[in-house]
Amino acid sequence: MTRYFTSEHEWIDVDGNEALVGITDYAQSQLGDIVFVDVPAVGAQVTKGGDAAVVESVKAASDVYAPVSGTVTQGNAALGDDPALVNSDPEGEGWFFKLTLADPSELDGLMDAAAYQDFVATL
Amino acid sequence: MTLNQSGWRPEMGGASDCPLNSFTGNRALMLEEALIFEIGDSTTTGVDLAETPKVASRLGGLDRVRDIGLPGLSEPETVRHYTRLSRQNYAIDLGLFPLGSCTMKHNPRLNEKIARMTGFADVHPLQPQETVQGALAVIHELADWLVKLTGMHAVAMSPKAGAHGELCGILSIKAALEARGEDRPVVLVPESAHGTNPATAAFAGFQVESIPATPQGRVDLPALLARLGPDVAGVMITNPNTCGLFERDLKTISDAVHAAGGYVYCDGANFNAIVGRVRPGDLGVDAMHINLHKTFSTPHGGGGPGSGPVVLSEALAPFAPIPFVTKAADGSLRLIEEEMAGDALPQSFGRMTAFHGQMGMFTRALSYILSHGADGLRQVAEDAVLNANYVLRQLEDVLDAPFATSGPCMHEALFSDANLAEGFSTLDIAKGLIDEGFHPMTVYFPLVVHGAMLVEPTETESKAALDQFIGALRSVALRAKQGDPALKSAPHFAPRRRLDETLAARKPVLVWHPPELAEAAE
Amino acid sequence: MRYLPLTQSDRQQMLATIGARSIDDLFVDVPDHARLDRPISGLANHASELAVERHFAKLAQKNSAASDHPFFLGAGAYKHHVPASIDHLIQRGEFLTAYTPYQPEIAQGTLQMLFEFQTQVARLFGCDVANASMYDGSTACWEAISMAGRITRRRKAVLSSGLHPHYVSVAKTMAHFTGDRLDMATPELSAETDMDRLIAAVDAETSCVVVQYPDILGRIEDLSALSARVHDHGALLIAVVTEPVALGAICAPGEMGADIVVGEGQSLGVGLQFGGPYVGLFACKEKFVRQMPGRLCGETVDAQGKRGFVLTLSTREQHIRREKATSNICTNSGLCALAFSIHLTLLGEKGLRDLAAINHGKAVQAAERLQVVPGVELVTQSFFNEFTLRLSREARPVVRALADRGVLGGVSLGRLYPEVSGLANGLVVAVTETVTDEDIEALALALSEVLA
Repeated sequence: MTRYFTSEHEWIDVDGNEALVGITDYAQSQLGDIVFVDVPAVGAQVTKGGDAAVVESVKAASDVYAPVSGTVTQGNAALGDDPALVNSDPEGEGWFFKLTLADPSELDGLMDAAAYQDFVATL
Repeated sequence: MTLNQSGWRPEMGGASDCPLNSFTGNRALMLEEALIFEIGDSTTTGVDLAETPKVASRLGGLDRVRDIGLPGLSEPETVRHYTRLSRQNYAIDLGLFPLGSCTMKHNPRLNEKIARMTGFADVHPLQPQETVQGALAVIHELADWLVKLTGMHAVAMSPKAGAHGELCGILSIKAALEARGEDRPVVLVPESAHGTNPATAAFAGFQVESIPATPQGRVDLPALLARLGPDVAGVMITNPNTCGLFERDLKTISDAVHAAGGYVYCDGANFNAIVGRVRPGDLGVDAMHINLHKTFSTPHGGGGPGSGPVVLSEALAPFAPIPFVTKAADGSLRLIEEEMAGDALPQSFGRMTAFHGQMGMFTRALSYILSHGADGLRQVAEDAVLNANYVLRQLEDVLDAPFATSGPCMHEALFSDANLAEGFSTLDIAKGLIDEGFHPMTVYFPLVVHGAMLVEPTETESKAALDQFIGALRSVALRAKQGDPALKSAPHFAPRRRLDETLAARKPVLVWHPPELAEAAE
Repeated sequence: MRYLPLTQSDRQQMLATIGARSIDDLFVDVPDHARLDRPISGLANHASELAVERHFAKLAQKNSAASDHPFFLGAGAYKHHVPASIDHLIQRGEFLTAYTPYQPEIAQGTLQMLFEFQTQVARLFGCDVANASMYDGSTACWEAISMAGRITRRRKAVLSSGLHPHYVSVAKTMAHFTGDRLDMATPELSAETDMDRLIAAVDAETSCVVVQYPDILGRIEDLSALSARVHDHGALLIAVVTEPVALGAICAPGEMGADIVVGEGQSLGVGLQFGGPYVGLFACKEKFVRQMPGRLCGETVDAQGKRGFVLTLSTREQHIRREKATSNICTNSGLCALAFSIHLTLLGEKGLRDLAAINHGKAVQAAERLQVVPGVELVTQSFFNEFTLRLSREARPVVRALADRGVLGGVSLGRLYPEVSGLANGLVVAVTETVTDEDIEALALALSEVLA
């Protein structure tokens, strides 16, 4: 399994053709207390860079973009009851959705953990 | 002699003893008040009604079976409940209310008296027109003033509030394009705009594109000009803008937009700064809403009702909504509705609201306008701008003022939370001002300035009131620069301390439930 | 100028502090071509309070006030008695001159009132939740249609022919520009509604069915069957209530399955005011709350654990979501919502039920009296406080002739539906607690004279 990062602060864990998507710890720290997460429905088609989910704090609503194109196979239902999981464990229990990759070559150009850390340091 | 029979002898007591908690939770005049659902019951009523006529029901079998669950209070309890609640509110009647872009000015009480004259307050919108000539005259007279003050061609009076007025202007533009047989899907909106601008354009079915601001706080003219084209329906520009600056290039923008086949919408929220000194019509504007509750002093009422008439250029006037008032040859006034619109205004885009607009706001606004007259309204703009500049120049040494070198401000002064102590922000300054007895300024708007604080004093503040406010804000700003920890937990003296908005949004409780049900839902 | 506190010497001192020579220095950014050197010509100069008051008094006298006449107009705005304490309370400066409660620590009065209002509206409509109010009933109705579109992701709304024609007009205006489809019909002068048409029209493309209750002709009808049909097709049922006092006597739409219930709250506490400002009511099932338009007040606690209230779920709204907001609405009808809420508090369950019973009783008495006037036929069979008569001749001139006799006798369907000849003889008559036996007799007599 390999973890990639986007410059829009999403992470994606890839295992074969399957992947898990969430937002980074840096992203949750910038958003503040998360109060609501709208995850995509099973079967939804998402395209790389397109809107996939919405994450809301009290005074801000942010779109979460799909790191790659694919078909959503599961949304994280736990976030409905406890959106604070995104704050407490953004890169674990606070994952957003699972998807089946449409084109694994879209992963080219995403950052690895070290590159993302360097990127965040410049912000 | 008799020796103080009652025993009454004043004593000063100690100055420092203070019980922490009272039995009631009250703190003298700061009174706690329960919800009506906790103090009322379904059998109590505060009205005495006549006997119910004895008739056979004709309710078609739909007679209510279940209780509604409405608590009642007697009249004295009702008066006390709402009076107690009222005392937990800040208000313009209590002090300076410097909310930028909201124009919280004094609400003259003459306006209230006039709006309550039975000839205006107790008239039905569908009465025969012969029986409402005076009401139509108020609409007609106010319309005339609004057209002349703005130098425009016509005015649509029915929009119910500012954002509804924006919708009116944007629909007029859409109707005009339709009449030309053109499909232009894009509306350009500067990034400093009120959120209503992009929301309105989207609500009317347009795509919204953002235009950047310059470092000086004005619309980026080259960027805007470069984006114009056959797909652009128009631009929405606020003038004076939300950074408190006059858009010097508005006429140039208008000419370019018109040359490219588009229209110019002006957000008139800040008309107060220029009323009587500048006519938007001279700047090439095609449509502009006027918030009667801002520039023309109708009360905000804790969040409405507003009123948002829209002035229109000659190009857009044919598409104005119905109904509207016209004067017939015999001098009588007519309300033009669906029936007459085909002859009077065949290209009208239609109706926006059930009746004729916010009549109760028209009477108040016209009362304000007639009281000031053309000379007084000009003075309004001058004093509003003078007061804002006075605040700006007296505070720019302690608070970051990002556009202080961009020229004089108009009716509002913009500051930011740059250069405060680590961990201190606009929020802390706002809450600190509450403890000083002031309503905070507009915070975190416009979005183009991080930690924005937008101060609009308005013209109805005296110099003494401004000086006290400036002193208070200076003091709070210095505390924020020094990192005073007490500021992080302000307000200390308000009816409530900081409220947990995260909890409110995570577990929304929007209606009251009896305690046992509320617990069950946990 | 009595509203401007600055003196000439204040102004001079302040200009000196700023470093400006004159006020014109502060307007340097206004280009020369747009700068006005003197007050705009053709407009009067300032006037005394007395002069302004006299001007308005003259205009007010040109209007026939409802309370000065036997009065029977309804059709979306109703004359009810407004207890004196309401107007006193809403004129307290802390309510009247407060802003939107953006700083909750010093706006608990408005916020608690809104929380109480939301609860009252939700209960009255038989719904789970309600918002802090909209502009009026007609705009709330379009917002409900728009919301149903977002929820169902469908774009066809079916409107009952009994929906107020001005509400239909507003929806038509908006739908024209948004591309939504409306399935509409005009009503017939009949006791029968178009319930069968609505049931037949619902299909897999329908986002919602909109039905007014009581409807424009005063008719009331059970919505349960319609509700079941609508839900079978994955659509929503929207009910519109223009006379909320009715719900003191009849079942609430939410109890019959309506998903969204909107209404005009003018009847309670607000007064006629020639059409505005009024107060739009908006309630729905809890599961749809994130798709609601408008402000919402919610309960929370402060830093010391005390109960308090805040505006919440703001990420739906334009100031945060901008072009992706659920609506462009930026205000509510706060002061009218306060008047509505105070009136309901004064009435309570008992008062509202009694008031509704009186309205219905008087309306039945009036209907029975009027239907025996030669040339008058009672069309509406089941109604609350408003019913429709079929006159032997066109109703519009009859209304004017009644006004000449000092009776404001109702709303002619010809005014509401000028293009529908089959409705020309219809007269909609509303009878509230303000109508006396003498008023009913005056209308009956005047009608018999005019129709003779």
